[in-house]
Amino acid sequence: MDTADAINLTGVARRFGRRWALRGITMRASAGESLMLLGRNGSGKTTLLRVLSTSLAPTRGAGTVLGHALGRSADRIRPLVAWLGHDPGLYGDLTGVENLRFSERMRRPIDGSATRDGRIAGALERVDLAAAGDERTRGYSAGMKRRLALARVLLAEPRLLLLDEPYASFDESGIQLVNEVVRAMREAGGCVVVATHDRERSAEVATRALRLEDGLLYDDELGAVSSRSAVPGVYA
Amino acid sequence: MTLAPDLRRVLTIAGKDLAIERRAKANFNAVVFLAATMLLLFGFALGPDAAALRAAAAGVLWLTVLFSGSLAFNRSYQTELEEGALETLLLYPGSRKSIFAGKLLANLVFILMVEAILVPMAAVLYGLSFGDGLGGVALALVLGTIGFVTMGTFYAAMASRLRAREVLLPLLLFPMLVPLLVAAVEVTAAFMGQSPFAPTGRWLTLMAAYDVVFLLATMGAYDFVIDD
Amino acid sequence: MTEATDTRPVATRGAPQAQSGRLALWGVVVLLALIAAQVYGLLESPPDRDMGHLQKIMYVHVPSAWSAFVAFLVVFVASIAYLWTGRARHDLIAASAAEVGALLTALTLALGSIWGRPTWGVWWTWDPRLTSTAVLLVVFVGYLALRAFTDDFERRARWSAVVGILGFLNVPVVYLSVRWWRTIHQVQSAPSTVDTTFAWGLRVNAVAFLLLMIYFVRERYRVASMEHLLEATIEERELRGSHGV
Repeated sequence: MDTADAINLTGVARRFGRRWALRGITMRASAGESLMLLGRNGSGKTTLLRVLSTSLAPTRGAGTVLGHALGRSADRIRPLVAWLGHDPGLYGDLTGVENLRFSERMRRPIDGSATRDGRIAGALERVDLAAAGDERTRGYSAGMKRRLALARVLLAEPRLLLLDEPYASFDESGIQLVNEVVRAMREAGGCVVVATHDRERSAEVATRALRLEDGLLYDDELGAVSSRSAVPGVYA
Repeated sequence: MTLAPDLRRVLTIAGKDLAIERRAKANFNAVVFLAATMLLLFGFALGPDAAALRAAAAGVLWLTVLFSGSLAFNRSYQTELEEGALETLLLYPGSRKSIFAGKLLANLVFILMVEAILVPMAAVLYGLSFGDGLGGVALALVLGTIGFVTMGTFYAAMASRLRAREVLLPLLLFPMLVPLLVAAVEVTAAFMGQSPFAPTGRWLTLMAAYDVVFLLATMGAYDFVIDD
Repeated sequence: MTEATDTRPVATRGAPQAQSGRLALWGVVVLLALIAAQVYGLLESPPDRDMGHLQKIMYVHVPSAWSAFVAFLVVFVASIAYLWTGRARHDLIAASAAEVGALLTALTLALGSIWGRPTWGVWWTWDPRLTSTAVLLVVFVGYLALRAFTDDFERRARWSAVVGILGFLNVPVVYLSVRWWRTIHQVQSAPSTVDTTFAWGLRVNAVAFLLLMIYFVRERYRVASMEHLLEATIEERELRGSHGV
């Protein structure tokens, strides 16, 4: 299973109501890769990440993430994947530490509280929030919230990391922090997919660039290589 | 083997929801004050005749619980939707049923606490004396509240994510609660001495059966409503 | 293939248009059956000893209640089938049956009310059957409202299936509770407890109403599956066409 691709999609399409956000994505990625996913607003970047995270089932097509089938084996994928979306996914009435503690308890219910609190303190240190850990996150700035969310993702130690616009609302040190996390993940043998507009910053850590256009995926360096033929039955 | 971690997750979610409620006291207070206001309004609507008030007290108490309590359910998902926490919540390992069970547990504690304030208040306003029936009333409250909270937590998982959530939740929820309401009012009235010969055992059995049937059914169906 | 929901067009076994001829024939049969049943009920069967011709409301009231219940049974079964298989047609059948069931339930209540006024002197009484029927109506109005407010097809299908199943499970519990609550109630109107001619009037009408219900559900389902087919066609074009194939 460790030899399997981190990501292997064949003709994945996803529809919202009448609109097709993805029209047939065929792609592969292996461990140690870090993909930069470019594309305009509404091109399907977020939808692709959400399909990879298992939070959306594909309407058509099939795929595996870390060797497990999307849809059928989503339960096996969830422990291995971490996702950071547009929204930080925090509870405003809990403190930073409490938010992380909740997340860790959900991920690793069996861990002892001493181990857990040690790990949390370390993660807060790493994202430079140690001083604000006991404040409620409602009072955090947008950048602080994203840092805390990044700490949550770090603690998850995923094998596939999905970052949606990770550079948004970050200052220079925040951007560097994101790139450090990506680099560390990659070096540890994980796979990272970064959806971004910030080509320049992402290029510092990306090993490959892909571009989504109107729900279809193109290899960015090679230009317009359509994956449309992967839609089941189009040319059949 | 997977049960123990999921049980811990249930407690984690319940604890998280209750911690948020404790921090944002405003919500609990608002529900309690709304309930108190409803008790007063029912009193005005029914007139000042003490005997008539006492006779209607069980029904008034339960309607107050249902109407004020139903405000808590949508909120329980609202906190998840505010900053996109639901998506993160759904991606944690383990069974999604633990999300339902955790929220159910938190809502149960919430509503029982509202009732703990409401019942003495109703006793004062409506001149009730429970005497020996206090244990029975408490049993009726617990059994009735379990069913109520089960259904409320379940239907709010859908309604809270739709545009018309304020109307849709009561529209879906209240018709389902009819048997529970009938049984709960009958038992409560009986234990308050209003109808001493009422078959309370039968009603309590009905409530317990309702709780078990719908707890199992909603648990089984939760994956269908929470998933996308 | 993953377990992604099957969204292929519903009409794989003969296009809905092709069914419309057979359905029209069915409609004529239903109409004739209804006319025959009413002629029999109004002309052949004698007026009731106590209630006179008023009794004849029962010929339509009771069968419409029965067929409404059968329609909700269809919702229940089709909803389970949808959750089991994920096939769109089961959802469309459930939705069609729910609409017809709600209509027949409303008719049942209106007829019962018209009958109750001269018989009992009130438009409404808290009779267990009457009350359970009213609860049934509200539950399925909620079902239809939920469908109206849910935009995404798969989500609507899944959610309403669950609501339909729970709502149907609730019916016997409601009935039991209201019966205990109010034990004074009429003797069940079943053919076995009444006069032979009256029983035949009921039976003939019951068959006519059942056929009517099935006709309505099938017609509604035909329209729904055509809409679905249209959606699916548009989807296909959206997915492929706009890129100059």
